[in-house]
This record gives sequence, C-alpha cells and structure tokens, in this order.
Amino acid sequence: MRIVAVAGISTLLLTSLCFLCAAQSKPEKTGPPSDFSELEKAPAKYRAKTNPLSKDKDSIPAGKILFEEHCAECHGETASGTKKAPSLRAQEVQTAPPGSLFWILSNGIVRKGMPVWSKLPEPQRWQLISFIQSLGPAEAVENKPPAKP
Amino acid sequence: MYTSLRFLLLALLSLGATQFLRAQENPYMVAYDHNLEEPGSLEVEYFSTFGTQRGGPNFHAFWSEFEYGATAWWTTELYLSGQTTFGDSTVFTGYRWENRVRPLKNEHWINPVLYVEFEDINGADKILKEVEGHDVESDFLTPNAEARRERNRELELKLILSSNYKGWNFTENTLAVKNLSNEPWEFGYALGASRPLTLKGAAQKCNFCLQHFIAGVEMYGGLGDRYSFGLHNTSHYLAPGLAWNLPSGWTFKIEPSFGLNDNSHQFLLRWGVSYEISGFGQKVSQLFKGKNE
Repeated sequence: MRIVAVAGISTLLLTSLCFLCAAQSKPEKTGPPSDFSELEKAPAKYRAKTNPLSKDKDSIPAGKILFEEHCAECHGETASGTKKAPSLRAQEVQTAPPGSLFWILSNGIVRKGMPVWSKLPEPQRWQLISFIQSLGPAEAVENKPPAKP
Repeated sequence: MYTSLRFLLLALLSLGATQFLRAQENPYMVAYDHNLEEPGSLEVEYFSTFGTQRGGPNFHAFWSEFEYGATAWWTTELYLSGQTTFGDSTVFTGYRWENRVRPLKNEHWINPVLYVEFEDINGADKILKEVEGHDVESDFLTPNAEARRERNRELELKLILSSNYKGWNFTENTLAVKNLSNEPWEFGYALGASRPLTLKGAAQKCNFCLQHFIAGVEMYGGLGDRYSFGLHNTSHYLAPGLAWNLPSGWTFKIEPSFGLNDNSHQFLLRWGVSYEISGFGQKVSQLFKGKNE
C-alpha cells in the first residue's frame, strides 16, 4: 500500500514538474522587449501623481537595494533588460510620468508575466521609481564604442 | 525525513540555484492574501505546530511546502505533512496539492483569488492548516495507530478576498471542504491583518531594519457543515504573528495561537522557515533542454 502511495506521489510530482517546465520554457504571451504600450494604459489620475519621495535623499539608494532584491532577477542587474523583461533604461521608461510607473508596479502586467508589487508598501514603490528614473537612458552607456587598447 | 531533506538540498544545489529573491511574506499561517509567488520562483518552506492537548498528550505537527510561481497569476504548491504525538509515535500524515489563481488582471480595492486544493491525508493529521466544520480539540485524542487508518480525500475550495491599503494587508478567506466520500460540505473562515513595522526602505543593506519585519494577527475557525451551519460545536483561534523577511531570501515566522472557546486547543505555537529561489523554473527547463540559453 505504501509503495503504491509513494509511486503515486512520485508520478504526480514528475508530471507536475514536466508540466511546469513546459509552462516555464514556453513563456506567456510576452510583448517584444521594446513594447511599452502598457505605460499608456495608466489612468489619468495615476499619471498625474508625482513622486512624493523625489526630494528624499535616501530614496535612490533605498530604491537601488529594493531593485536588487526584487527586480534585478528579471530586468537585469543594470536594469538594461533580459530575455524575461524589458529594459527599464529605455527612453519610454525614463521619461514616463512617475505615476504611470507607479501604476504598473502596483498592478503588474500579470498576463504578460510581470507580477503585482502592491505587496511592497507605497513608499518602497516610490523609492524604486526614484532609483529607476535616476539611471538615465541605456544608450548613453551601452552604445559607447569599446575603448581601444 | 532528514535523508529526504538532504536529497532535496542536494538537488537544489545541483541545479545551481544560487540566486535569491527577497520574499515579502505576511506572518499568516492559516489565512492567505492575494500576493502570489513570483513567476519561476520556488519557495521551500518548513513549518511546525506545537499543540497542547487537554485529556491527552501534546503533539508536534510539521509540514513542508514547495510553492512555485507557475505564472504571475497562478501559484501551485505541494505539502507533505507529519506529526509526533508525545508518548505515542511519529507518523507521515499525507499530502496536499493546492493551486491559487488570480482571476483579475489589475489590482483592485478588494482582490479575489480562487483556491483549489486536493488533500490525501489520514485521520492522524494535526497540522491545523485550516479549521473546518466541527473540528474540535477532542478529535486529536485518538491514538495514531487507530487514527491513521482513516483516510480522507478532500477537495477544498477557498475564496480569498484581500486588500493592500497604506501598507496594511487585510484578508478574508471563506472555506468549503468536501470529503470525496459521502460526507457533507464543511465550512470555515480565516481573517487577517498585517503591516510592516516601517513602510520606507532603508538606504543601507541590513538584516534588522524594521522594513523586514511584518507584524499581524489572524483569526480562524470552523463554521459547521451543510446540515448544521453556524458556530455550534466549532473551534476558533486568535493568533498574533511576526514574519522576518531577510534580504538573503530567508523568511522566519512565529505565531502563538490562543483557543477562543472550550472546543479549541488552549495554545498552539507555530513557527516556520522558508527560502525563496528565483529563476528555479528556468534552471529546470534548461536542465531538460540540456543547454544554456
């Protein structure tokens, strides 16, 4: 009886693992890395919000730590994007109203794989936005020609 | 048990799963909020419940959870549970497979999550992961050898309604359980509220910053069954708790629970530890493909 139970559980686990791997290797419908159309969907009342911590000197260093803890896994350590998630140093993000970014963070884009971050308290979400928008566009760094030896 | 844990740790290490992700876990042990696991992340958890028992020996029930974020809107989880009844024996009590699905795209004032769980457990199960129907303290008096002969295959459905407001989380879970043999639907509830000790993130990396501690309280209990719905002959608990979410990906939780009526255990002490591994799914899929992308 115990052997049957162990075999049953093992089969269930293996099946689940294969199923989940398939789900993982075939990512959900993701837009192209440069698709920032979700930013435009932010309601007007969010777009009009300003970052209440924009003048807080601790906001950017605190946001950097939060970014490393929660965002770097998908957006890359330099926020320049990975296969999983777009660059946050794109012009569209850097020049977006902070309220639009706040809306995206708070709501996620769950059908496209971006989790909801409302579990982070609001001040931490604003600190993240302070950090992200302090980075500047990636082109300035990444398109620089390599230094000659 | 220890061999299994060692095997699991070796398996995880062999996957090269060394990246961490700081969890933001609420201190609830019974109630669920609407925050799901990040896609591709695996959270490995171990929890214990020490329970006092009137008219019989105290017990220590324990369970492991493997919680995986299949997508941003679907989290799936496997539980393995067991218990030691002092002066009696230690037994494996079964497994549970749960799924939580977030049906709405955006965050709302109240956020619903649908919960479906299949349980295959025996009558010796004492983890008290939920309290349902007419569950009462005296159910736990049956000796393990006898209790484990009873097999329960149950389908458990929950509606989780949860809100985040100004750093607070408020959650309300209603529960309906159907034993797949010919038994009536049983009902239960769990309510919770929690808040980090401070809302702003610290400007320096630290383990003991207040932002990493979330304090809360939950209340849970049974609501009878289809034929005798209500509070008669049911048990209820009030449980303050604390979660410590370390930046390294570890989370520790502790929650003393106090029985609120004569049908409840007078005192339960629950604690747990978990570790979140980010990018787990991607690593496993690379392993199956046999190449790095």
